[in-house]
Amino acid sequence: MDAAATLAAASIAAGTPMLLAAIGILVHERTGVVNLGVEGMMLAAAVVAFAVTHDSGSYALGFAAAMLAGVLLAAVFAFFALVLHANQYATGLAIALLGAGASAFIGLPYSGQGLPARGADGVALLRELPVIGPLLFGHHLMVYAALVLVLAVAWMLFRTRAGLVLRAVGESPESAHALGISVRGVRLAALLFGGACAGLAGAYLATVYTPLWAENMTAGRGWIALALVVFATWRPARVLVGAYLFGGVTMLQLYLQGIGVEAPSQLMSMAPYLATIVVLALISRNPRWIRLNMPASLGRPFNPNA
Amino acid sequence: MRILRWTAVVAASMLAMACGRQEPPAPPKAEAKAVLPAKAEPLKVGFVYVSPIGDAGWTTQHNRGREQMQAALGEKVTTSFVEKVPEGADAERVIRDLAAQGHKLIFTTSFGFMNPTLKVAEEFPDVKFEHATGYKSAANVGTYNVRFYEGRYAAGVLAGKMTKTNTLGYVGAFPIPEVLQGINAFTLGARSVNPKAQVRVIWVNSWYDPGKERDAANALIGQGADIVTHHTDSSAVVAAAEEKGRMAVAYHSDMSRFGPKAQLAAVTHHWGEYYTKTAQSVLDGNWKPSNIWGGMKDGMIKVEAFNASLPKDVVDQVEAKAAAIKAGEFHPFTGPIAGNDGREIAAKGVVLTDEQLGKMDYYVQGVIGKVPAAGK
Repeated sequence: MDAAATLAAASIAAGTPMLLAAIGILVHERTGVVNLGVEGMMLAAAVVAFAVTHDSGSYALGFAAAMLAGVLLAAVFAFFALVLHANQYATGLAIALLGAGASAFIGLPYSGQGLPARGADGVALLRELPVIGPLLFGHHLMVYAALVLVLAVAWMLFRTRAGLVLRAVGESPESAHALGISVRGVRLAALLFGGACAGLAGAYLATVYTPLWAENMTAGRGWIALALVVFATWRPARVLVGAYLFGGVTMLQLYLQGIGVEAPSQLMSMAPYLATIVVLALISRNPRWIRLNMPASLGRPFNPNA
Repeated sequence: MRILRWTAVVAASMLAMACGRQEPPAPPKAEAKAVLPAKAEPLKVGFVYVSPIGDAGWTTQHNRGREQMQAALGEKVTTSFVEKVPEGADAERVIRDLAAQGHKLIFTTSFGFMNPTLKVAEEFPDVKFEHATGYKSAANVGTYNVRFYEGRYAAGVLAGKMTKTNTLGYVGAFPIPEVLQGINAFTLGARSVNPKAQVRVIWVNSWYDPGKERDAANALIGQGADIVTHHTDSSAVVAAAEEKGRMAVAYHSDMSRFGPKAQLAAVTHHWGEYYTKTAQSVLDGNWKPSNIWGGMKDGMIKVEAFNASLPKDVVDQVEAKAAAIKAGEFHPFTGPIAGNDGREIAAKGVVLTDEQLGKMDYYVQGVIGKVPAAGK
């Protein structure tokens, strides 16, 4: 029982970076913009967070700098995609490559370095409780912050005027424009929010989760987050399920080894990707359902002067 | 200063992008760095490292050995190194480059460099090669290794004494004999003082993957291990134990900086004397390929950096065991030894030979699970 609870707790921690990145993606895709550069933004944010935390000793400063790095890269993307109306997919891929290359270069002096020791996470005393202790009270602040963020985004999207405007821009930028809404302004804000989320995800990975800098350390989590959003049909609750599921299968393979189950470890390493895609594809197996939920203007540039 | 550096870099790359140029996907990772300028025909010695030098780990220890050799031999040698060389085709290219640049003695410091080293050695018969932890040699290829298991046994005694849950966790890289010797010696040491102790093993299939090492450590802690140790290169396992309020035995280097409370002790290996001796023999012209397997008596493996909070009698007991190994009075693999499938491996009083150790492919009694197939 205790082991199951720690497995569940570890899954939540492992799923949190994907969750953070995916919720940001969800918001800007809801406005009709596809940014494939998330992996690169996460990497850039991760190395910045690590470098700043390493040199200043302050985790808060590291997180802030990482968010800034994410926002900066998102702004670069926005400049090309919204101002120059460049192809969103190509621009996103360029950002992904830029982030990966620049982070490897910046991180050169930091690889193999460590961060100062951090005490135990969570709420003192409560985390020592059996079963619910590790599950509910033993996490780093960011794990709770990610959950709050998902709830806030879900509430904002479907219960507020701002959310309505945001979705309107994604469904029909022409109508929104006719109503006097600044389509590019909304899209810019959503993109920058996505950049900040990718920054948090990278910072969490590099300073809390691992906590070490290694080249390409995000290991495809940004791409997984992009896929998660599609398979979750742009719904926050499903993104949450998908992210924790991915984390769960990642941890499960290690737990099975510890118990002594014999299976080729390469197969085990494949399992999280496979399981997440299968489950999410099953949840949203109706292609019409995906099309209905997909923001109608997704990936299409909008030029108010055209 | 470093912060300035990255801001400059990010700004520069953005400018480059704005000008419409494509950023290359990744900058070159491996560059040979000359450490001292050349002077009247010194011996050029090259080192190939599998991971970044960093400030703790396998490569850190080898690099300290290189520095020690450089300090001892002064102007008679110049050294260069290439870090973060992946095992495989890239390694061959790096080793060949070093040989072509005129290095006359090349140390390749990872198991997976074995075949690339042999291949390049054939092409450069006048260059001496030394490969760490492998088992294949040639006319110009020697091998050298450390009896890591000697330190592991002593650390096992410590872990057996200190565990409260009687469950110890071990994060392994690949199931090769070197790593299995460590797991088995650790288990035998722990059970010599605590017959109820059990060891759980998780393989991460990588020498250096901090994220996965940490996940594995957390999984072991989740399964009741209150002491974890690792045969991988980063400090992630010690850091994970510190965060979870558990204990750890560090490997390679003293990692107390990453786990001041968690680290009970560190099993460390030392190469400086061997590197100095080998370079000196090349300088003297009497180098021959040898198969060195140094241990505690050569000062190549140690248990050190004991945590100040450890009870004195426990430390004394561990150090007494280490002293007995060092003096040659005790061999960690002395029978009776049983496999964890129940078969007898060594009868009472029988000591496993080096050849038997080199072929180890099983867990001893006390380790949970089965060795996964095909490590190499």
